[in-house]
Amino acid sequence: MDAESLLLSLELASGSGQGLSPDRRASLLTSLMLVKRDYRYDRVLFWGRILGLVADYYIAQGLSEDQLAPRKTLYSLNCMEWSLLPPATEEMMVQTSVVNGRFMGDPSHEYEHTEMQKMTEGDRVFEEEIVVQIKEETRLVSVIDQIDKAVAIIPRGALFKTPFGPIHVNRTFDGLSLSEAKKLSSYFHFKEAVELKDKTLLEKADLDPSLDFMDSLEHDIPKGSWSIQMERGHALVVLRSLLWPGLTFFHAPCTKNYGYIYVGTGEKNIDLPFML
Amino acid sequence: MDDSASLKQEKESQEAEDAERPGEEMTAASSQDPEPESSEPVESEHGPETGPQPGSSPPWSPQSRASAPSDGLPEPGAAPAPRSPQEPSSSPLLPPDKQDPAAPSQSDRITRVDPEAGTPHSGHLEQIPDKGESTYEIFQSERKAFGRSQQPKPHLYGQRDASYNNSKQKELRFDIFHEEDSNSNYTLEQPEPGISDTAPSMLEIAVQNAKAYLLKSSSKSGLNLYDHLSSMLTKILDERPENAVDIIENISRDVKMAYFSKKLDTLQSENEMLPIYEIAEKQKALFLQGNLEGADQELEDEIAENSLPNVMESAFYFEQAGVGLGTDETYRIFLGLKQLTDTHPFHRCRFWGKILGLEMNYIVAEVEFRDGEDEEEVEEEDVAEERDNGESEADEDEEDELPKSFYKAPQAVPKEESRTGANKYVYFVCNEPGRPWVKLPSVTPAQIVIARKIKKFFTGRLDAPIISYPPFPGNESNYLRAQIARISAGTHVSPLGFYQFVEEEGEEEEEVEGGRDSFEENPDFEGIQVTDLVESLSSWVHHVQHILPQGRCNWFNPKEKSEEEEEEEDEEKEEEEKGEEPDYIEQEVGPPLLTPISEDLEIQNTPPWTTRLSSNLIPQYAIAVLRSNLWPGAYTFSNGRKFENFYIGWGLKYSPDNYTPPVPPQVYQEYPSGPEITEMDDPSVEEEQAFRAAQEAVLAAERKEETEEEEDEDDDDD
Repeated sequence: MDAESLLLSLELASGSGQGLSPDRRASLLTSLMLVKRDYRYDRVLFWGRILGLVADYYIAQGLSEDQLAPRKTLYSLNCMEWSLLPPATEEMMVQTSVVNGRFMGDPSHEYEHTEMQKMTEGDRVFEEEIVVQIKEETRLVSVIDQIDKAVAIIPRGALFKTPFGPIHVNRTFDGLSLSEAKKLSSYFHFKEAVELKDKTLLEKADLDPSLDFMDSLEHDIPKGSWSIQMERGHALVVLRSLLWPGLTFFHAPCTKNYGYIYVGTGEKNIDLPFML
Repeated sequence: MDDSASLKQEKESQEAEDAERPGEEMTAASSQDPEPESSEPVESEHGPETGPQPGSSPPWSPQSRASAPSDGLPEPGAAPAPRSPQEPSSSPLLPPDKQDPAAPSQSDRITRVDPEAGTPHSGHLEQIPDKGESTYEIFQSERKAFGRSQQPKPHLYGQRDASYNNSKQKELRFDIFHEEDSNSNYTLEQPEPGISDTAPSMLEIAVQNAKAYLLKSSSKSGLNLYDHLSSMLTKILDERPENAVDIIENISRDVKMAYFSKKLDTLQSENEMLPIYEIAEKQKALFLQGNLEGADQELEDEIAENSLPNVMESAFYFEQAGVGLGTDETYRIFLGLKQLTDTHPFHRCRFWGKILGLEMNYIVAEVEFRDGEDEEEVEEEDVAEERDNGESEADEDEEDELPKSFYKAPQAVPKEESRTGANKYVYFVCNEPGRPWVKLPSVTPAQIVIARKIKKFFTGRLDAPIISYPPFPGNESNYLRAQIARISAGTHVSPLGFYQFVEEEGEEEEEVEGGRDSFEENPDFEGIQVTDLVESLSSWVHHVQHILPQGRCNWFNPKEKSEEEEEEEDEEKEEEEKGEEPDYIEQEVGPPLLTPISEDLEIQNTPPWTTRLSSNLIPQYAIAVLRSNLWPGAYTFSNGRKFENFYIGWGLKYSPDNYTPPVPPQVYQEYPSGPEITEMDDPSVEEEQAFRAAQEAVLAAERKEETEEEEDEDDDDD
């Protein structure tokens, strides 16, 4: 959700019970402005909150002028002091995939993971236990990156591709119509397209290159990984990710108000097929 | 000269385009016809065909434009012009009626042979740059009109002269459809490798898409841009205004005005019933209900015994904690609860929470009926159950001969009476405030037991079936009720000392060792320091009974009853029973009521509760917030004196591991091979003879001893 319209967005997203206490709200409104100034971001998004056992991580993201350029992620424990997180790498992803369970809420906390590694010494092959230490900060980075890649979404038409390449916020976007708002195909993944290249000519024929440059949600795997609801008597569309429970996207049809927020434990729901 | 000529040419083509719609039907009809005709005068077709290829798209190449006057000049004006004068010219060659659309080309062909045939190459080369022109789209429309009528010739031409006319050029010039048309018409004559087989180029597709887009008719006026542009150009060319570019907006408007026609339909369209109005209408009732009640004295009485909870106050505290539904939704729920309490005789009511679903959500209210208000439904259900039992017994009596199935379903644990145990409270749910409240059925232990083994999302429809591996007895309303029972039992906590046991009523429950399952508010409760609540988990206690593995809160001994009825069968059943209950049934005991939550079990190194102060900035007015890690979404606040529990989430339990479906039940062992199963070999002859000999010996011995009377018996035996 946009830092500027934080209060309205929070109100809209509140149907899932994911709010912020008044003091958090006030401090976010203050500190995100400063973040925007200090880091020279074009736009600052309040990304959400990852619930830890001891403390929660508040996450914000800074966008440059090109909206789809890699985003900078910041975290804070008290909503005032923000620290920049390093960009996520493949290596981190592999490293942290062995860690499960809840976040602690302490960035310097180290998870210990014992691995059996085969050592060869001469002819003998023996296994050795190696204790790998993984910092929670690394895990945080990789989880945020995974969530961003999997379930960060944006309505169709909210961004457009300029002729020179960079992707800008579409100022003429005034919301999806009611009938469009009910379809998953009107929502895009907020990231560079991956599947788009694999589409057939037939599927591409209807696409508008200035708007349809991202992957739409409707082909997400598994099917049914989104719950789409019309709340407040169709005055509000709420999409909830079932794969990453905690991610809520809201959009008031025919208005510019849209956004997403993640409030959850930072764990992927791999039991989804059993639960549908 | 050139300009005016080209303009005229455009005009002419425009006119041809005007004739397009009637022409379409005609081409459809005539497209079949050319075959017999052309097969008949093959020579006459072939001769001129070399010419019209470039001529087929006159507006594209300057050359063809230049050539236009030769045939274009004679009929610059009226709409019917292209057709009427040409008919006579074509009639000598072909039947006039069917050849109609192809007619203009016929005349073109004749007149254009000389200039074109000389320079076919240059003509083609020049066409390429033309395509970039801004008028391209418009000209396409013209070409469409012409292409329809002329398609056969250029196509054939192209096929012949493939040496210099590569296929791409041609594709750019002709719509796929045209190619297909012409192909279908002429493959019989000219079975050359099909041009239409080659994949259409990207540019071609782009053109197609652009055209399709232009042809999209507007949802408001029913016009489309394509027709609009062509009418505009017609108008401009007809009227020849000065500085047409300056007044193009006006022209556009004039053209649109010309389209204006009265709407003859006098029927009024019915007002659309948007869901947004529907729910607003329902919620309006919530806001009006206060006014409907009249008398003041009654009001006072009601306020005195009102069971409505103060939702807004607890919502305020929960907001401090960062949980909640937003102010307006909370208030609507508040009104919804008021509606509920006004229509039902409740002793106590509470906003339990909200459970998210896939399609809709559930708002859950927890209520306690006043004495004796809630009995009817429960009795009905019991009767139904008894009936089932009766039937099954009757079945058993019928068959005596063959052994019956020894398997008896593990004895169903009866559900707890309403107002006790897991059925202490009654729950009402609704999907949205304003919609009707639905009472959930009471929960049975079997449902709880199974609900523990499955993990399903709620759909939001109470009658949705639950399809799961251990078959769930009931639909979603039962599952919802079971989850509510589990969540309540796990997460409803209160500050230590807020509740105390009711000493007199403790004897109510006979068998429970802890003895006491009822409590009351402690009148002497003085409050707890918030810091104590945050720092120590032992200052919070459960005030809802623990649900045993059996699925009940109070122990039910399944053995007692079974002893009376089925003593003999018990031995055989032992193995079967193992799944549910151990052989010797030991009473399951859980933590008693008002146990501190510090004794809750850990989930694999994860503490089950997280406590927090709502604000670090102003700790003196902060409240203590308790969050369950076992049931994500369950929160409790306390400011020392007040407390409230609240749940919002998917209604699912947290587990750090993946969900593992329960293992399939054990395969029943077959009957062990023993003396009852095995048989002996048939008796052999020797054995029988030996047996007979032995018998005779015995008989002989008897005869010696017995009197005559017995000798008669022997005779009988033989």
